[in-house]
Amino acid sequence: MISAKVRVRKLEKTVKEPDKEELSACLLAVGARKDIQAFEVLFRHFGPKIRAFMLKRGGNRQQAEELMQETMMMIWNKAALFDPARGSVSSWIFTVARNVRIDAFRKTNRPEFDPNDPAFVPDAEPAADDVYQAGQEADRLRGALVKLPPEQADLLRLSFYEEISHSAIAERMNLPLGTVKSRIRLAFSRLREILGDAA
Amino acid sequence: MNIHHHISDELLFDYANGALEEGWSLAVATHLALCPSCRKRLAAMEAAGGAIFEAIEVEPASASKEDFSWEAMRARIDNAAPVREVPAAKVVSARDGVLVPEPLRSYIGGDVDKVKWKPLGLGAYHYPIKTSDEDISVRLLRIPAGKPVPEHTHGGRELTLVLKGSFSDVSGRFGPGDFEETDETVDHQPIADPGEDCICLAVTDAPLKFKSRIVRMIQPLLGI
Ligand SMILES: [Zn+2]
Repeated sequence: MISAKVRVRKLEKTVKEPDKEELSACLLAVGARKDIQAFEVLFRHFGPKIRAFMLKRGGNRQQAEELMQETMMMIWNKAALFDPARGSVSSWIFTVARNVRIDAFRKTNRPEFDPNDPAFVPDAEPAADDVYQAGQEADRLRGALVKLPPEQADLLRLSFYEEISHSAIAERMNLPLGTVKSRIRLAFSRLREILGDAA
Repeated sequence: MNIHHHISDELLFDYANGALEEGWSLAVATHLALCPSCRKRLAAMEAAGGAIFEAIEVEPASASKEDFSWEAMRARIDNAAPVREVPAAKVVSARDGVLVPEPLRSYIGGDVDKVKWKPLGLGAYHYPIKTSDEDISVRLLRIPAGKPVPEHTHGGRELTLVLKGSFSDVSGRFGPGDFEETDETVDHQPIADPGEDCICLAVTDAPLKFKSRIVRMIQPLLGI
């Protein structure tokens, strides 16, 4: 029985990789009705990436597998919180994996704001076409990242992959702190420009 | 809320990639609760994080290994206790004019009127907040209207988030929600504006070394 199921799955897998609309629909389906098939699509797409992400922080393969499962469990439980108007599936999953990793390696809290708190100051005006726009922005952002000067792109990659602060990067790369700061500022002002944000 | 002073790109970036310690993160996250524009910048950074995460290179694993991993995941889901709905935080009504947003409110056990202030001398008070990092000092400060924060230098970064009232220094005027980031290169002398006491969250690298002689004399007694 199991082997038959596996064979079918392999067949499906060779057919095609899910695109981001499908992944988004899968995460919504898990959030809305705990759809296990949708979850499997997410697991097979993101599982290996999460495992690699965990390994970049250190530890062994077994721990990376365990943390990947932990992250996927979190995704299973919290999928209802995913809002496609506020960001892409990969940003959402990145933030979940990041938090699991902080928990595992640093055993510390990462305080976060709570949008349901009465003292929370909400966004001014929600745009009408948010879901569509968020998708467009994700595409533009990917394109813009590729076009960043290598020294800025490398810095961003290193920080996100290894969870290291800009001052630690300055030390590691033997650069003046001011240089690292200005690369970060240049990179994000460029990305914000691409996203059409004057802020 | 009319915010004029925001979080720098490099500090927000440390928060976005997960490198920022608890004490600094508390100041950053509390400003984020009050500031839609910094939240938008954070979202852009997390989107970049997502795109970079998506591009991560994966070593090919055998299909059977991936199937084994998925079966383990399924078993874990089947055996997991149903998730309890997260109990809502202590109910606070907006009518009560809540001043301090989460995550800070939980750290101080309520709003600022509930804080058990400890005298700092010269009419100022503070309330230390415990976090997981011993070498980062996190506390609320209450500076009397029109009075200076005792002049100080410090060994590294200092973050200040105003909750009530306002203060002014060389960098300008800081009112509710405003966020000030300084380091050892800045010798600033914040003075609470007249009218009302200024309450702020202050996070520093090391214990503040007050320059004022009187304060320096009583510093060991107060343990600050
Ligand atoms: Zn701001």
